[in-house]
Amino acid sequence: MSDFCLEGENVHLWRGDHHVLRGVRFQVRGGECLQLTGANGAGKTTLLRTACGLAYPEGGEITWCGESIRKDMQAFHAQLAYLGHEPPLKAELSARENLEYWVGVRRLLADEELEHALQRVGAQQWADRPVRTLSAGQKRRAALAGLTLMRVPLWLLDEPTTNLDAEGQRLVGALIAEHLQAGGLALAAVHHELAMTAGQGLQRLELTVA
Amino acid sequence: MRDSGTMGTALRPAFAAGGMGGSAVPALAAARLVLARDLKLAFRKRSQLVQPLAFFAIVTTLFPLGVSPELPVLRPMAAGVVWAAALLSSLLALELLFRDDAQDGTLEQYALSGRSLTWLLAAKTAAHWLLTGVPLALMAPLAGLALGAPGAAVPGIVASVAVGTVALSLIGSIGAALTLGIRRSGALLSLLTLPLDIPVLIFGARATELAIGGQAYGVPVQLLAALAVLGLTLAPLAAAAAVRINLE
Repeated sequence: MSDFCLEGENVHLWRGDHHVLRGVRFQVRGGECLQLTGANGAGKTTLLRTACGLAYPEGGEITWCGESIRKDMQAFHAQLAYLGHEPPLKAELSARENLEYWVGVRRLLADEELEHALQRVGAQQWADRPVRTLSAGQKRRAALAGLTLMRVPLWLLDEPTTNLDAEGQRLVGALIAEHLQAGGLALAAVHHELAMTAGQGLQRLELTVA
Repeated sequence: MRDSGTMGTALRPAFAAGGMGGSAVPALAAARLVLARDLKLAFRKRSQLVQPLAFFAIVTTLFPLGVSPELPVLRPMAAGVVWAAALLSSLLALELLFRDDAQDGTLEQYALSGRSLTWLLAAKTAAHWLLTGVPLALMAPLAGLALGAPGAAVPGIVASVAVGTVALSLIGSIGAALTLGIRRSGALLSLLTLPLDIPVLIFGARATELAIGGQAYGVPVQLLAALAVLGLTLAPLAAAAAVRINLE
């Protein structure tokens, strides 16, 4: 287990009159994955966005390795990768070009690394096709390749298995398991259980609709 | 440029910038990559590239048709026509400056990249200028000549439009960032941006007018450059703050 730790303490957040996050508490350490479950509108995405600093909680605090994420937001962001509902890919570029630009903004990327990541998600056959010609599942796989290339300890995943077939869902489970094994940690908002076991560091947090 | 992994704890080698075959990208290199990406995207979506130029050509062509084809009549209004058309053409492309990136999550990724959002947005604004300001600066003399400007005025027209559109792109980036979360934001964007563009229009039209009249146009161009420098200093910061607010 590594020293990484993401912690939420009594987090409150309102959207207008709607009290979305009501005193949420969580703790995820290196080697652990916290699976966020709950009905639509329970605040899973909001909690993820709050945890990565995109949304500001009205109460409580999120800490990374014991320090508030607000203390040095840029340094905190350099240690996380966030994958939202939509893969951040440009339709006019190929999957390979998208990854070069997306990951390239953060770190220098070697060609072999990119090839390996594309191969890992089964994207070699269509990596040079424009993204507009890809299926939703293929786009998701390309985004997963980008996630593995970030080389950051904290993964924040919003419905990572959306649009994926059974094999793709197992791939997500395997990628997360590898990430945890390397000492990383993950927060994943899901509607369907991740293809992982409790022995692989999986925890659950159920959010309820206000 | 901040190196990743300075916060809280020593990073394991697998995650440290520089570990596992990669190292953190300096802010300027990241900005250059964003610029290259936007230019590549623009050349793959040529319609967006041509639209402001076609608009500029049509607007400047309407005046001889609507007012008079006589050059002595058109010449006094050439500077104003060229500049009003350049301003509106630049504005036309502004709505797209951040919109697509906001919709597909790219802006979110920039904000979470651990790199300076200010630099990345400055790179996007630079791409906007290269794709609209530079072509407009090259096209403006043709419009000027068609409206009766002498050939000697060409350098002055090019200089004023080239420098002025830098300021227009930078001012516009603030408006584009502020209106990110609003559907059909074009009208609001114009309302926000046009009043701030007025000094650019005044100095730009004056420089063009002096160039057409064969007089020294250095002072208004310098004032345009001063506005561009002011914009360069403040606009990316303001745009980054506005984008962060809109992402929340």
